[in-house]
Amino acid sequence: MNNDYRFENRKFVVVGIVVGIVLLFIARLFYLQIMNDEYKKHADSNAFLNKTVYPSRGIMYDRNGKLLVSNQPAYDVLVCMRNMKDLDTLSLCESLGITREFFEKRIKDIKNKKLNPGYSFYTDQLFMGQLRTEDFAKFQEQLYKFNGFSIRRRTVRQYEYSVGGALFGDLGEVSKKEMEADDYYVRGDYIGKQGIESYYEKQLRGEKGTEVLLRDAYGRIKGRYMDGAMDVAPVPGKNLTLSLDIELQLLAERLLQNKIGSVVAIEPETGEVLCMASSPSFDPQILVGRQRGDNHRLLSKDKQKPLLNRAIMGTYPPGSTFKTAQALTFLQEGAIEPETSFPCSHGFRYKGLHVGCHAHGSPLPLVPALATSCNSYFCWGLYRMIGSSRFASSQEALTRWKDHMVAMGFGYRLGIDLPGEARGFIPNSAFYDKWYGGRWNGLTIISISIGQGEVTLTPLQIANLGATIANRGKYIAPHVVKEVQGEELDSLYRFPKYTMVDKEHYETVVKGMREAVLSGTCRAANLPGIEVCGKTGTAQNRGKDHSAFMGFAPMDNPKIAVAVYVENGGFGAVYGVPIGALIMEKYLTGTLSEASEQKANDIQQRVIYYGNQER
Amino acid sequence: MAIRNVSLWRSVDWFTIILYLVLVACGWLSICGASYDFGDTNFFSFASNPGKQLVWAGCAIVIGLVLLNIEKKYYEMIAYPLYLAFVLLLAATIFIAPDIKGSHSWLVLGPIRIQPAEFSKFATALALARLLSTYGFSMTKRSDVVKMIAIVVVPMLLIVLQNETGSALVYLSFFLVLYREGMTGSLLAVGVCAVIYFVIGVGQSENMFQNMPVNVGQFVVFLLIPLFTALMTGVYSKRMKRAWGIMLVNLVGTLAAYLFSHFVIPFDICIVQLALCVCTSLYLLFLYLRERYASYLLIALFALGSIGFYFSCNMLIGKLQPHQRMRIEVLLGLKDDPAGVGYNINQSKIAIGSGGLWGKGFLNGTQTKLNYVPEQHTDFIFCTIGEEQGFLGCTFILILYALFIIRIIFLAERQGSNKFTRVYGYSLASILTFHLFINVGMVIGLAPVIGIPLPFFSYGGSSLWGFTILLAILLRLDAERESRF
Repeated sequence: MNNDYRFENRKFVVVGIVVGIVLLFIARLFYLQIMNDEYKKHADSNAFLNKTVYPSRGIMYDRNGKLLVSNQPAYDVLVCMRNMKDLDTLSLCESLGITREFFEKRIKDIKNKKLNPGYSFYTDQLFMGQLRTEDFAKFQEQLYKFNGFSIRRRTVRQYEYSVGGALFGDLGEVSKKEMEADDYYVRGDYIGKQGIESYYEKQLRGEKGTEVLLRDAYGRIKGRYMDGAMDVAPVPGKNLTLSLDIELQLLAERLLQNKIGSVVAIEPETGEVLCMASSPSFDPQILVGRQRGDNHRLLSKDKQKPLLNRAIMGTYPPGSTFKTAQALTFLQEGAIEPETSFPCSHGFRYKGLHVGCHAHGSPLPLVPALATSCNSYFCWGLYRMIGSSRFASSQEALTRWKDHMVAMGFGYRLGIDLPGEARGFIPNSAFYDKWYGGRWNGLTIISISIGQGEVTLTPLQIANLGATIANRGKYIAPHVVKEVQGEELDSLYRFPKYTMVDKEHYETVVKGMREAVLSGTCRAANLPGIEVCGKTGTAQNRGKDHSAFMGFAPMDNPKIAVAVYVENGGFGAVYGVPIGALIMEKYLTGTLSEASEQKANDIQQRVIYYGNQER
Repeated sequence: MAIRNVSLWRSVDWFTIILYLVLVACGWLSICGASYDFGDTNFFSFASNPGKQLVWAGCAIVIGLVLLNIEKKYYEMIAYPLYLAFVLLLAATIFIAPDIKGSHSWLVLGPIRIQPAEFSKFATALALARLLSTYGFSMTKRSDVVKMIAIVVVPMLLIVLQNETGSALVYLSFFLVLYREGMTGSLLAVGVCAVIYFVIGVGQSENMFQNMPVNVGQFVVFLLIPLFTALMTGVYSKRMKRAWGIMLVNLVGTLAAYLFSHFVIPFDICIVQLALCVCTSLYLLFLYLRERYASYLLIALFALGSIGFYFSCNMLIGKLQPHQRMRIEVLLGLKDDPAGVGYNINQSKIAIGSGGLWGKGFLNGTQTKLNYVPEQHTDFIFCTIGEEQGFLGCTFILILYALFIIRIIFLAERQGSNKFTRVYGYSLASILTFHLFINVGMVIGLAPVIGIPLPFFSYGGSSLWGFTILLAILLRLDAERESRF
């Protein structure tokens, strides 16, 4: 063990290392803390404050260049607790028009980390948001008196017309989930929550800019860094030109007043949505600024659901409007010829099954059957097609039928540029196999031929059916934005899709729809000088029938296709036809005749009572 | 029992205990400073970091008192089983620990998270002490050396596998213990050379000479290799002529190559340097073969090894994990991005620099509070001291640390022939030194950014308990020193 002592002197090396390290550190600290001013200066100006500069949000115009949605300046009042000293609370409250209790509660809430998770003693916190210029002028004058308070310029939406609440959508504070999904957003940012504002959020929002400011150790702004050389200017949001005709939208919403339902009009050639009304509606302006929270709560509690855009979110049985699509399918599949006649004795009667119909001549070929909306005709048609020897089984026949429906834009989302579009429902053979345990035939499912039973469509899909017939077999996916500034539209909205039905069959159906207006169920839609084509719909449901209309005009080279759907409105001719006719007249002639104006007022006044049920 | 306790309290080293308590108290105050956010922060509330740390400290003192009452013979007895148990625990941790920021080092037991790597240090220290104090142990016996190295390296590798490279590097500090116990000093010298090659070779690897295709890092390393080789030749062979000769030939050769490259045709003069280095090695090998003097062989191997080391470093740096590579690169000034990894060091230097001579005063630091400095209450706790207590406060803390470590070395040295306690004491001193060097060095921008805590200061129970256990055992071992004489 003696040799242990040989290395005893090494303890000095170890001690030397320790002392050396400590001396090295002290020397380094001496350099950092005493010799070198640079770090101190850095901290004195306390690095940089990257202040966000918000871009102005894109503006929306209608198809004729009328301003619809623009921006108004608004101001956020911020407070930094650390710098809130010697505050004259009374004069602050007075200048902002708030009570002392409100002030105290607000300060307490800001400090509450549960209510305000981003709270820090040292950084600006939102005291009051989105003040309008008039509320704010007095405060701005006296701002110098209030230590720790500052203002941040924001913009809020300004609407020129009080229609289209659910269509335009609104702006709300970004949620935690949205922040996680997109790095662009930070707490307190605003984001489109519904409608166009939400779908075109990325185009409308622009790019935030930054202002690099110098801040001292007490958090006070000491000016701009390098005179703004490092600043990044915000990029304003892109403006949108909507395909909407605001006059048409105003008329549609007016006609739907006191009723639940929707009106959709499409320009067949382009798929541009000319109007999209959903009733009940609300003034978009009420969801702007400080009162948004309260109003939003009221709207979402309303049993008639005004926040719902029924034109794309409501799914309804299409009723007789669907017969046009059936006629096309049966013709294409050879189940019927235009000349084929079927008997109707107050309905379809076969093997003990009875589907009712109203009184009209019998038997009828296709064109008058469409014009009079004969149920029996289309029941026979479907029965023939499902039982046709062309198909190995009912399943195969129904699959073919379903393929036709899907090609016409049913059963799947059309892909409109709005969030929340519903698919509707087109049953397939697997659905019925499950439903009826595999034992079903044309008779079992006969009601789908007249747009009842399991089939549901959105008003947009019904309008698109009108546009497809108007185009004789093709459609461009409907869209509400005609042009995004400096951007090309999605190819979905530029190139047509084709159905699986030949053009000649469309001509037959157009003839039937024209006949309906001239001598059938849609006579009220017969406008002087315009060849209107139409089809009523009267959809049975649990309550009173829904009143529907689908049509387009003029017959040759159509300019507008319309779908009207009024919940519990009764026969198609009661609400559907006159509303559809007024929309077409307004769009095609630019105005309403005196008689029509009278009719419009009359419809506007009529109230449908829905009771107190949840819709 | 009573008698033993009296003698324990009389023989235990109170000076160390007081230093320990002062350090823990200063640490707690720093955590208060780092966690302080607003006037009504309650330092004693269990919800706040200082409150929790107070509880950890209380527990640490209880643990320390219990360990102080366990006799030395038991520590000697359990040294190996304990070491084995910890090796198994470390291995198990790799598989059962959840992924926390990429590392698998935390065992989660309900609300408590424990890092076994913090506790395996004392087990390793005990095992090493036990091995080195075994009768007949010799640094010259190969089997003993293998055992010795294995005791240090096994837990180290396991911790690397947990993705906690920082904690694993701490085990390198045991080599300082081995040095004190007689490991050859040239190994330490080789280690220093390796660090220099690494820092210069990798650090300057992206700089080129202006007018020729020569890498600055490579050039300097290849210049240093013959210089070190010549130095070693001089020291070990005592034949100064040969040392001068090697140095001259290399310098003149390099100069000639440089001039040729500069004036005639630009080329990579490192090729010439490399050739000169290889020639130098061959010359030393020739000397070894002729004179049969082993030192020549070793020096030749050193020169060749240096070249190999340089190239493998360059290769290896490409294979490191991205965050580790970034940290090394930032330290060496390779990637100076204030918003990236270098941001931490930059902000912590600003925070410390802004402290000045006197500091901004307790709880008055702004840099550490405006969230400029990350991890301010754990790894970057020294920032808060620098900002709030200034140069004087920092110096005080550093001197306190130096005193503490030197006192531990003193305790280790006063054991006479009791090698167990001495090895253990040196282990503690070395571990503390390493932590101090890396942690404070990192904060003031002298050492790489390796996330290891500053003992007694950084927030966290595992670290505080780990070091308290290490210290309590030493105090007990030291208290029993007289009984051996």
